[in-house]
Amino acid sequence: MTQTSANRMSSQVSPVKGTSNPIKLLLKGRAFFALIAIVVVFSFLSPNYLTVSNLLIMSSHVAIYGILAIGMLLVILSGGIDLSVGSILALCGVVAGALMQGVELKPLGVILFPPVWAVVVLTCALGAALGALNGILIAWFKVPAFVTTLGVMYMARGIALLMTNGLTYNNLAGRPELGNTGFDWLGFNRLFGVPISVLVLATLAVLTGLMLSRSSFGRWLYAAGGNENAADLSGVPVKRVKITVYTLSGILSAIAGLVLSSQLTSAGPTAGTTYELTAIAAVVIGGAALTGGRGTVRGTMLGAFVIGFLSDGLVIIGVSSYWQTVFTGAVIVLAVLMNTIQYGARGIRQ
Amino acid sequence: MSSAATSRQADEVVLAARNIAKSYNGVRALKGVNFDIHRGQVTTLFGENGAGKSTLMKILSGVVQPTSGEIVLDGQPIVFSSSTDARNHGISIIHQELSLAPNLSVRDNIFMGREITGPTGVNYAEEERQVRRLLQELEEDIDPLIAVEELRLGQQQIVEIARALSVDSRILIMDEPTSALSATEVEVLFSVIRDLTAKGVSIVYISHHLEEALQITDHAVVLRDGSMTAYAPRADIDLEWIVRNMVGENYDLGSPPAGHDFGPVMLSVRDLTVPDPAGGGYNVVDRMSLDVRAGEIICIYGLMGAGRTELLETVAGKLSATSGEIVLEGKEISHLPIGERIARGLALVPEDRQRYGLVQTMSVGQNLSLASIMEFTRGVFTSIKLERALVQKSIRDVTVKTDGPDVPIGSLSGGNQQKVVIGKMLATDPKVILLDEPSRGIDIGAKAEVFRILAHHAAAGQAVVFTTSEVNECLSIAHRIIIMRRGRISAEFTSDITKEKIMAASGEAVAA
Repeated sequence: MTQTSANRMSSQVSPVKGTSNPIKLLLKGRAFFALIAIVVVFSFLSPNYLTVSNLLIMSSHVAIYGILAIGMLLVILSGGIDLSVGSILALCGVVAGALMQGVELKPLGVILFPPVWAVVVLTCALGAALGALNGILIAWFKVPAFVTTLGVMYMARGIALLMTNGLTYNNLAGRPELGNTGFDWLGFNRLFGVPISVLVLATLAVLTGLMLSRSSFGRWLYAAGGNENAADLSGVPVKRVKITVYTLSGILSAIAGLVLSSQLTSAGPTAGTTYELTAIAAVVIGGAALTGGRGTVRGTMLGAFVIGFLSDGLVIIGVSSYWQTVFTGAVIVLAVLMNTIQYGARGIRQ
Repeated sequence: MSSAATSRQADEVVLAARNIAKSYNGVRALKGVNFDIHRGQVTTLFGENGAGKSTLMKILSGVVQPTSGEIVLDGQPIVFSSSTDARNHGISIIHQELSLAPNLSVRDNIFMGREITGPTGVNYAEEERQVRRLLQELEEDIDPLIAVEELRLGQQQIVEIARALSVDSRILIMDEPTSALSATEVEVLFSVIRDLTAKGVSIVYISHHLEEALQITDHAVVLRDGSMTAYAPRADIDLEWIVRNMVGENYDLGSPPAGHDFGPVMLSVRDLTVPDPAGGGYNVVDRMSLDVRAGEIICIYGLMGAGRTELLETVAGKLSATSGEIVLEGKEISHLPIGERIARGLALVPEDRQRYGLVQTMSVGQNLSLASIMEFTRGVFTSIKLERALVQKSIRDVTVKTDGPDVPIGSLSGGNQQKVVIGKMLATDPKVILLDEPSRGIDIGAKAEVFRILAHHAAAGQAVVFTTSEVNECLSIAHRIIIMRRGRISAEFTSDITKEKIMAASGEAVAA
């Protein structure tokens, strides 16, 4: 209690500055140091852990969470939350699967097999539409983000189950005679030895990083999340910012859905269950404040890799998946604890 | 009234600070302060922002512990481990920043943590009865069951005061209790203070309203840079003495800038009507009309609830009017969003800088450039070079004292934070600048600087409209003084008017 008030006071009297002492440095780069620690520990425990091929495989697993986490970061920066990403991922995957199987137009008596690029575009458009629905409900109709996205989460999951009757689309490879092959490219191919999914993640991370640090939209987003009222009075189009971040989160969920179903060569309606929580965890471990306005892509990426490398490492050394859940939980709690210490009372107070 | 209190010869010292010093991260906020609080008397602490007043009060009320020195209660040295501990010794505090739960009702806020319980749980009826009595004492018509967030800032402050009064304390510390109150409400508060002191309660009072504090105080303590510079009973001091000890030189809030002609009408408000945003069913601005010319400084004076804030917020685009026109440079703008109005040269500096002015998660520089992002955006990306130039220019323009543009905004003093909010809007190069209570909660030095900046911008041809609750400020730099009462203009004066006439027109009782 005294600690809290001291922090509050010191923020008036003197800036808590610099990274001069090692504890502060450790605190500031905690996600990075955690990742190093994980890699070092598992390298000792398993000779296969620290090999290029294993790192690339693990990275392609991280890509799914990582892409979702980028969208989640944008939403969390705006002071909101998006619980629907896992379900949007599943619905988009299922829709992509359905499109790959062919769309039958009964009255015309034809079955359309859209080419892969069209499937990708349509799927992303669906993700964008669902995200925009979230954004419009939140920004215009003032429905709390938690509730809106919870509702959309159930609806998207339900529609995915309805569409497939609970079954999974297995044959996504397409047929050369129909001209719709290539869906597995995203999940299986490599460019310069790096899985495409990892390259997609890297590209999205760099673009988002540039957007946040260098574009006016990025500045609007940080301002709207830091203090919506002040941003509004400074001429920031707060509603537009909100709708945009939820739409982007929807698109990124769709991309993650495409990557995942491509990696699995199947699209099931229960894919991505609880992925939204993993994405939130990655953002939080990366040092973003759930109250909005603080956070970086770099941190979020580190967070995603911490979670991914930790759980894959546990698999490699043969620890039960139940323990993985416990470890992941502990890391999340530790991360939030660190955030609280770093931001002190200031981060929480309005 | 104050002489009556002094003549009671109640010289018993109830609480004393002995050599109190406090450092935060090596910064010395207090450097050995000594002073006494007398039974049944009002002791006022004067000092600029950052002089250490609030820190001292937090130490006296147990919120923070001193680095060295001691507190003496009834002749015995004592250490307060927490604010609850201090409260149990009969010391309570009204904080400068409101500490109410906005979602809870007035009643629940007042009894927060000290609920009256009976066999069936909380005795709400009894609590409500006591709250009604307290609010009646404060002559404030507030429903005890209404949520605090639905009250205006001034009313919230009354609730905060009522909460402190509801605890029967021997020593009551009031840190800026009147910053959002109207003159009438201040009068009521003062009569409550007089009742309390007559009952033997000691009051420690902090205010930036020097004249107001002089009306009520029995002793004055002046702090400057963490040290006590003067201590004297009321009989020996006057306004000039306080100001001299506070800032070390004579002060003047300025006079209307002369030597330039007014340009054409920049902003014209016609028959503007705005309904109560809280849904009260009446019009807070009622068919009001106003013309502002380039180079002109207009002061809008009025009581709480007179409609000043709502008028400015409607013109800036935060609230919407039911009827009337807002014309900027001959063009109707009432349908435009806030950003578009800023781009056309209309800027608002809001009243509550913490809630509406600053983004606390951003640096000083990012706050300064927030309203002009498009100015330094080239294509898709913002230009770091152009932004830095804009921020440096703003820092110079409004003389912000900061360790550089990259420090957190929270590291600045209140006055400098206010200058950042003003600088942010001035950076948009507005043709008309509206300021709602620009001097609220900042020290006299910063106040003078703010008015100097405004006068400078008016001389450069910008139109300035500001509101205030201090008559003196109206009489400083304004060319024209508009008095608002119940959403309408009740009078209009030029700068040679007297205080009494202004206060009479606003519906205030003329101070004795």
